[in-house]
Amino acid sequence: MMFNFPVQLPAHLQLHLQPAEGAVSQVVGLTHLEGPCERNEWDVVNAEPEEQMRGSGDTMSESDPAGVKGHISPESSTMRTLGTGPSCTNTVVSLVRHEGPEVIPSYSSSAMSEVVMPDAMVSPAVGVPYVENPGGPVGDFSYVGIDAILEQMRRKAMKQGFELNIMVVGQSGLGKSTLMNTLFKSKVSRKSVQATGQEKIPKTIEIKSISHDIEEKGVRMKLTVIDTPGFGDQINNENCWRPIMKFINDQYEAYLQEEININRKKRIPDSRVHCCIYFIPPTGHCLRPLDVEFMRRLSKVVNIVPVIAKADTLTLEERDFFKKKIREELRANGIDVYPQKEFDEDAEDRMINEKIREMIPFAVVGSDQEYQVNGRRLLGRKTKWGTIEVENIAHCEFAYLRDLLIRSHMQNIKDITSSIHYEMYRVRRLNENNTVLAHANGVPEHHLATHEM
Amino acid sequence: MSQADKMKQGQFNNPETPGYVGFANLPNQVHRKSVKKGFEFTLMVVGESGLGKSTLINSLFLTDLYPERIIPGAAEKIERTVQIEASTVEIEERGVKLRLTVVDTPGYGDAINSQDCFSTIISYIDDQFERYLHDESGLNRRHIVDNRVHCCFYFISPLGHGLKPLDVQFMKAIHNKVNVVPVIAKADTLTLRERERLKRRVLDEIDEHGIKIYHLPDAESDEDEDFKEQTRILKASIPFAVVGSNQQIEAKGKKVRGRLYPWGVVEVENPEHNDFLKLRIMLITHMQDLQEVTQDLHYENFRSDRLKRGGRLSSHGYILPLSPAKGPEPEETDKDMILQEKEAELRRMQEMIAKMQLQMQKQGDGEGDGQHV
Repeated sequence: MMFNFPVQLPAHLQLHLQPAEGAVSQVVGLTHLEGPCERNEWDVVNAEPEEQMRGSGDTMSESDPAGVKGHISPESSTMRTLGTGPSCTNTVVSLVRHEGPEVIPSYSSSAMSEVVMPDAMVSPAVGVPYVENPGGPVGDFSYVGIDAILEQMRRKAMKQGFELNIMVVGQSGLGKSTLMNTLFKSKVSRKSVQATGQEKIPKTIEIKSISHDIEEKGVRMKLTVIDTPGFGDQINNENCWRPIMKFINDQYEAYLQEEININRKKRIPDSRVHCCIYFIPPTGHCLRPLDVEFMRRLSKVVNIVPVIAKADTLTLEERDFFKKKIREELRANGIDVYPQKEFDEDAEDRMINEKIREMIPFAVVGSDQEYQVNGRRLLGRKTKWGTIEVENIAHCEFAYLRDLLIRSHMQNIKDITSSIHYEMYRVRRLNENNTVLAHANGVPEHHLATHEM
Repeated sequence: MSQADKMKQGQFNNPETPGYVGFANLPNQVHRKSVKKGFEFTLMVVGESGLGKSTLINSLFLTDLYPERIIPGAAEKIERTVQIEASTVEIEERGVKLRLTVVDTPGYGDAINSQDCFSTIISYIDDQFERYLHDESGLNRRHIVDNRVHCCFYFISPLGHGLKPLDVQFMKAIHNKVNVVPVIAKADTLTLRERERLKRRVLDEIDEHGIKIYHLPDAESDEDEDFKEQTRILKASIPFAVVGSNQQIEAKGKKVRGRLYPWGVVEVENPEHNDFLKLRIMLITHMQDLQEVTQDLHYENFRSDRLKRGGRLSSHGYILPLSPAKGPEPEETDKDMILQEKEAELRRMQEMIAKMQLQMQKQGDGEGDGQHV
């Protein structure tokens, strides 16, 4: 009995199917078709049309792909063919019955035992009598369980864990390490790990990468913070972006090399920089030439999230003025920071991202010290004229940055890195190779265009 | 009671006191004359963009020195080099006139490559010294305008962990030319502990690199205790961590100058919040001393260097003696030397020719006398 039960059923659809007398118990969810059941009008609504599942060659494809709606009489051939073959088992069809309740057979619990359930989830349908949705003409019916795929993915992801690589760039003293510690509420920065005697500005830019395994509620994450001490601190800062560009491209190269291997690893370790947080000093006037140069070059290879560092220097009006100035300058120089306009997928995305784009750059304050404020212990900075609360959105925008980076857009950041920035690098590299080979072989260049990946 | 004692008691004003000569009135006369003449002071402010230099100057002198100020964007800053902008304002308070010149240096530290950004500033300072030297050596010395830079406020960013490489280089280049007063800008970025730490770091690094900043003179022993205490406090607070603002905010029922944040109000004139008052007191009470040090130390250094190098101040026709000292000679004196040498040679050759001519004449005469083999 290969039937995947949906773990969490929507309230109005409870799968209660019992093989009616004489019914064949192996048909997927629609056993009563053959049994002595009423001839009812059924709306077949396809809950989660998983495209991948469709490709398994099952006959469901004969009906409408997404949102199957149609009256299917119990004896219609399409329904019948549903029962054939194990390949159908992954499709989820939730059937909403029009008419009133009849005796609805509920599935025997033996079918349930085949399904491996995560501990937290208990199928509500086991042995539960039919519950009619009090509102309308719904019934429940076999719920094939396509949305179970989400749970499988979730479990797999939890087992595998996540990887996130964040790079922090900015002059020394802008609070980069403190902000990282504040974001992840643990000592993940370079300074917490190294023993620091005195803060010495290094003579050249160094790239220091520190990884930590952190865990929250069973979800494991390998967080790598890449620090760039020495950036922008010298008297002559020309080309200070070069080591950083090189590092980012080296990570892409490493991934590419793994990918084009003949014997590939099952899971390629991802050291590509997903996100680069650029710290802007809070001058209150406008961007500096160094900021513009850096962001212009790097926004083409990595997702850049600009933030205004140590924002407790600015009053609210100064902050608004500064942000507006920065946005203007970014626009004027054609710098596309994350979330990039061109990668918005649909209207909903665009709406959410527009809201974020109006707030960029976030004015943040970091702190890893707790103080007592109004009876609560909060992260903040205590001064003679007041205490700045880091997570209070009236004080600074740290909470927005954290939500963006971690709670809502982390996966999106990783996707854009792998599907856009990395792909661009790959295309460029493979074209370079082709050009080199072609020149070696004497093939004219226009032939190369056909070799697209 | 002896006459000396009476004098010591300070009863100078009483002409009835026997033995009263009256020269005790001299300070008053000087005072009156200075008040009539007015004071001149030139202050230079140097620091990166966005450190609050203009706001601080406006707060210090309660004026608006930059009414039509346009701050250029990043793209324009790429093209710009450091410029010198001098604004003069006449301030009067209780009949005392002060002609204050503030020299601003926009563009300092802005460019990606700041290698040469302070050569303009150093040339400006030298130019002012040169001009003063020129005027002082001139024939009409009645109205010498003193545009020499008396004090330089160097703004240190509160964001770093101490001095930046550019800060060190700049201060070392000017500490022999002008009084350097380091100031930590935008001090409301720092908590009290961070501020103390930064001050200590800055002082350590200043020592480490041998930078000579302006030191407040110790209070004289006959000053009153309050003044001595004040001087002690001032000396202990260098470098001053300041916040500037000219906005009036309502706080705790009274109007104060400050900055309004969602978490509180930073009061500019509150000594617990920042060192603005200390900076102002230092500047005002030591304005005279700053001028003196500029005159006696920096200007004299410049003058002696300058005169060692060049022997002439050409436009008056007044030639100063060349001291027989070493030091790089400018080209014109080389040419003069060469000219003189050539003249000397010419003269020698002329003498030789004259001698030879004489000899030939003698020979010619002698020929008639006897045979010469």
